[in-house]
Amino acid sequence: MENEIITLTVNGKSVQGRKGQTVLEVCRANGIHVPTLCYHPKMPPYGGCRLCIVEIQNMRGLPPSCTTPATDGMEVTTHTDRLMRVRKTVLELLLAYGDHNCLLCEQTGNCELQDLVYEHGIEKVRFKGEFKPHPKDDSNTMIVRDQNKCVLCGRCVRACLEVQVNGVIDVAARGSDSYITTFNHQSLKDSTCVFCGECVASCPTGALTYKQARFRGRPWELKKVATTCTYCGVGCQLELNVKDNKVVKVTSDHEIPGPNQGSLCVKGRFGNDFIDHPDRLTTPLIKENGEFRQASWEEALDRIAGRFESIRKESGPDALAFFSSARCTNEENYLLNKFARAVIGTNNIDHCARLCHASTVAGLATSFGSGAMTNSIDDLKNSDVILVTGSNTTEMHPVIGSTIKRAVKSGRCKLIVVDSRKIDLVDHAEIWLRQKPGTDVAWLNGMMHVIIKEELYDKKYVDERTEGFEELKKAVAAYTPEKVEEISGIPKDDLIAAARLYASAPAASIAYAMGITQHINGTDAVKSVANLAMLCGNIGIEGGGVNPLRGQNNVQGACDMGCLPNVFPAYQSVTIPDVREKFAKAWGVDSLPGNVGLTIVETIDAAGKGKVKALYVMGENPMVSDPDLHHVEEGLKSLDFLVVQDIFLTETAQLADVVLPAACFAEKEGTFTNTERRVQRVRKAVDPPGKALPDWQAIAALASRMGYEMNYPDAEAIFKEICAVTPSYAGMDYQRLDAGGLQWPCPTKEHPGTKYLHKDKFVRGKGLFHAIEWIPPAEPVDDQYPFLLTTGRVLYQYHTGTMTRRSVGLNERYSECLVEINTEDAARLNIKDLDRVKLVTRRGQMEAKARVGEMTEEGTIFVPFHFSEAAANKLTLAALDPQAKIPEYKVCAVRVEKVA
Amino acid sequence: MLPQVLFQNRKPRRIATMEEYCRSGGYRVLEDIARGKYSPADICRIVGEAGLRGRGGAGFPAATKWMSVPVDGAYPRYLAANADEMEPGTFKDRMLIHVDPHTLIEGMIIAGYAISASKAFFFIRPSYDSSAMILERELERARQAGYLGDNILGSDYSFDIILHRSGGRYICGEATALLNALMGKRPNPMKPPPYPTVKGLWNRPTVVNNVETLANLPHILRNGPEWYKGLARTKTGAGTKLFCISGKVNRPGCVELPIGTPLREILEEHAGGMRAGSEFKACLPGGASTRYLTKDLLDVEMDFDSLSAVGHRLGTAAITVFDQKTCLVGVTLNLLQFFARESCGWCTPCREGLPYIRDLLWRIENGEGREEYIPMLRQMSRDVWNAYCALAPGAASPVESLLTFFEDEVREHIRLKKCPFSRPR
Repeated sequence: MENEIITLTVNGKSVQGRKGQTVLEVCRANGIHVPTLCYHPKMPPYGGCRLCIVEIQNMRGLPPSCTTPATDGMEVTTHTDRLMRVRKTVLELLLAYGDHNCLLCEQTGNCELQDLVYEHGIEKVRFKGEFKPHPKDDSNTMIVRDQNKCVLCGRCVRACLEVQVNGVIDVAARGSDSYITTFNHQSLKDSTCVFCGECVASCPTGALTYKQARFRGRPWELKKVATTCTYCGVGCQLELNVKDNKVVKVTSDHEIPGPNQGSLCVKGRFGNDFIDHPDRLTTPLIKENGEFRQASWEEALDRIAGRFESIRKESGPDALAFFSSARCTNEENYLLNKFARAVIGTNNIDHCARLCHASTVAGLATSFGSGAMTNSIDDLKNSDVILVTGSNTTEMHPVIGSTIKRAVKSGRCKLIVVDSRKIDLVDHAEIWLRQKPGTDVAWLNGMMHVIIKEELYDKKYVDERTEGFEELKKAVAAYTPEKVEEISGIPKDDLIAAARLYASAPAASIAYAMGITQHINGTDAVKSVANLAMLCGNIGIEGGGVNPLRGQNNVQGACDMGCLPNVFPAYQSVTIPDVREKFAKAWGVDSLPGNVGLTIVETIDAAGKGKVKALYVMGENPMVSDPDLHHVEEGLKSLDFLVVQDIFLTETAQLADVVLPAACFAEKEGTFTNTERRVQRVRKAVDPPGKALPDWQAIAALASRMGYEMNYPDAEAIFKEICAVTPSYAGMDYQRLDAGGLQWPCPTKEHPGTKYLHKDKFVRGKGLFHAIEWIPPAEPVDDQYPFLLTTGRVLYQYHTGTMTRRSVGLNERYSECLVEINTEDAARLNIKDLDRVKLVTRRGQMEAKARVGEMTEEGTIFVPFHFSEAAANKLTLAALDPQAKIPEYKVCAVRVEKVA
Repeated sequence: MLPQVLFQNRKPRRIATMEEYCRSGGYRVLEDIARGKYSPADICRIVGEAGLRGRGGAGFPAATKWMSVPVDGAYPRYLAANADEMEPGTFKDRMLIHVDPHTLIEGMIIAGYAISASKAFFFIRPSYDSSAMILERELERARQAGYLGDNILGSDYSFDIILHRSGGRYICGEATALLNALMGKRPNPMKPPPYPTVKGLWNRPTVVNNVETLANLPHILRNGPEWYKGLARTKTGAGTKLFCISGKVNRPGCVELPIGTPLREILEEHAGGMRAGSEFKACLPGGASTRYLTKDLLDVEMDFDSLSAVGHRLGTAAITVFDQKTCLVGVTLNLLQFFARESCGWCTPCREGLPYIRDLLWRIENGEGREEYIPMLRQMSRDVWNAYCALAPGAASPVESLLTFFEDEVREHIRLKKCPFSRPR
């Protein structure tokens, strides 16, 4: 029905459209220009500006083409004298009221009003009406709102409400007094605005502009370089606007294909001022007598090569270890994996995926045969139910958060949130289950108990496509809603309601993140999520799936590239001789090591014990990110030799013997693989500062010094090699990726990429149910440490803050660690909002200000881990999941004290 | 005495009680409905045959609107009575409430039954607080009597009326804006399709009827369509009409007259003629959003079709009369100040076009006019028709007719650089 072809006559020419399109959409699709101002393709039609009016035979008046449905046989005229006159009147009215002075406007040259006035040949404004100027809102460091240039097209309001589903701004007052404002007329800074900048991107005039970009370049002077965002795993496509080798601002374009359709979050749009920050490393540094001195690349590389050679000679290749980076490109990760294995001869390579989604990779690989997000971001709109658990999606993956909120707003989709914190998505949820941290397996088993008991599960699917159901049934039999309530605190009726809602959906998607994975039973919890999805037939279908949301820009890619101690690229095991032989041949070496290497936490342990003597860290900051920081510091200080390659002198780099200056994402070519397995291009926009080099060039130069020639003319050459040894990437090349990225598996040049996995058949054949028992967290609360501590991230900061803490806008929003504590607990401890508190665990202590509120439940404390001076990971426990070796960041016991 | 239908229970200085309404035949139709005498389709058919046209201003046939609710449309369905009476010069809805509130209540129940609605909203402007209080009291009486609520009079039809005080804006009288306001949103009009009768309140079929339209229903069903049609003085008309007369006449007020009564007769016989010393110059025949009607058309029959045949509209039938001493530029400026203020601000022509006209008129009225303003005004009063809803075209009507019939008066202002009607200082 929707795809039914209709034929219209526009300006005497026969054109085709689809039923359901508006007249304007048909015109645009056929390249026929109709002037518009309030229309935006991402938003529902508005019909307010009255510029897109047309004449349609047998229709009275001048219908606006943006709200008029196209019908078969319609005869449309887009340009007549009458239409031009009426449009001219509209424009003249806009100029009569308002202060449109292009000489004084940042947007001049990139203004739709300016273009329209020119197009309609308006030479003078015949009349200026009584106009009351509006005060400018430039209270914040990111967005300037100058209402005097506003044409009240409503695009910013719809961008906020319909696209991002935040609803921060709306039109106030009426008639020509109308203006855009926030709730209670607060400035943007004090409002609930999250500074995603969707409004700025949608504004057709200079009413909304980038504050930091003012006077730094006119639109026509800026070179736009499309690339992939360097922050979270969504992989948003953005445009770096460059003038004089500086990134002036970041814009977005909904026409660039990608997971975000022009939407960005505050970090992507306003958080890129770290690129030309004066703290950037510009030259190699060598530590002598405890002090860094500048060095040449030759000297630094010689030093590293020499030390590596001697340590390998004395203690064997496994005395060296490598931390690769989820922040670097696929090309760089691939090269470091090759360097560790082929040049040094060790499998001691790991990266921070260990700390976030190792349990996902382990759990989903055994359940399904593949450890990645099964479905796509865009596919969430096809879900009838979305279950979000352990993911504060609107803050950690804001663009996916908006995708979920849009799906719910459309009325088609219902949302279940299972989270111990009262996150933003709770406001959009049909059902919110508030579990105690560390009880995920219990409630998941409980939901399955209800679904099996009430026979709501997909019997045909379970019979045909899965195995192990009987064992599962037996295991969950004990998890009655009553028992689950006892363990998790979730009221039994709510659990039953959620189970019924999930099971009733034709297509239900589960999205989760570190709330599930960062536990000693993280892998079990992931398998339980997989169990639930398979039980209801939700794997291998559109709108379904198990969707782990990856935290970093290229954490998926770093895993794909084999930066894990047990696998080569594409998860080919190092323990299989044939695989080793294949890679040895591809890499031109005699043999490759077959023993599984050390994970991150194991490496730190081994360093402390003197087993690992040298460590090469590429773009990671374990001195803030890893659990139990005292222990990490001890480990790193025990090393004979530490090399850190980074863009800033991080807490970890400060401990290094040699520091190499790296190029950031804006300064190099390459690819990132986002959370939905989409490989996307990273493009160079500016030159690196000083002598900084892309990581891959540093690795290649080092390899060559150690007698292994790595001669790559550019990143593309590395990517070609990747595709040759990585079956899931085999069909890719840069030219294909330029058209919007490709989702692996993409085995051949003709393959379009894979939107969702396990269609018709699981990668491992049949989906495997696991019978899983809940185990309590490693460190229960007691009298001495009476609170549960859980850690995580906040919207305005990222990872260890090396980039975000150097961004003006982001720090205006959230510049220091705030410890979230429940109002009731705070009252008992006599703690008021913003009082200083001390947190003490068995491993360490930290101080920060308290944020008193309802975000956390009574008895639970939440601390963001971004801040090295208030390092949450001094408190956390390095208890590991036995299967995935992921630490239990999400639960430990803590004591809270008020600082006098 | 002319037939009084809607005002048959009108008492001097007093509201008709429910008992009085019942004695006059009230709630008999509802009893018939409860007994199963009429199906919803019967009601639509009878009202359609009676030729009842909407009294809110647009004159759309009431039964046709009801029947545009899809047969398989979703439930629950809603009815909204539009008592957001803000058209300048219009006060008939308030009169109805103060004269005989139960005729409205019964009318609403009948309309609700015709569209199978289970709930109705009585949307009343906040400045009618006394009227709202009357309705609250009388609705409760009707509920006590079993006319409202679950299983009305023992039937399986359940229906209730919720009184909603509006935020008080002219635009809320626009049906789709009214629905937005009821849903707690900003009262912007919405562009059909979908029509409210398909997707209205909370995406359910919703009918919006004017208060006067609804008040006619009990009488039509009690007496039949032929009787109703016979009340009119014109062939195509049907029923009576409440006329609100104001301005330079001897007896301003609200009177019920057969539809199609000639304007001259209304003014001379029912409004007591022009005041001493006043001569008829022009009137607005149907509220502020209609064109000025001049002396040569005084014999026009006040009905939808007759007025539209001579280029005018019946509107709300609120007749405002101006005499030879009244400055029509000043009057028009006053009206445009109202309309510009009351624009919702959604679309450019209305939001900026009405202030544009207002500001030009202000300059002319205050001695700052220029000759070139006349073509600008003329163009703008035409181009604001390119607006989202009917507010701006309505607002342009007095402006356009001012320039058509009284251009000389406007030019006189510009030539003299002052208002010729103002007293010397």
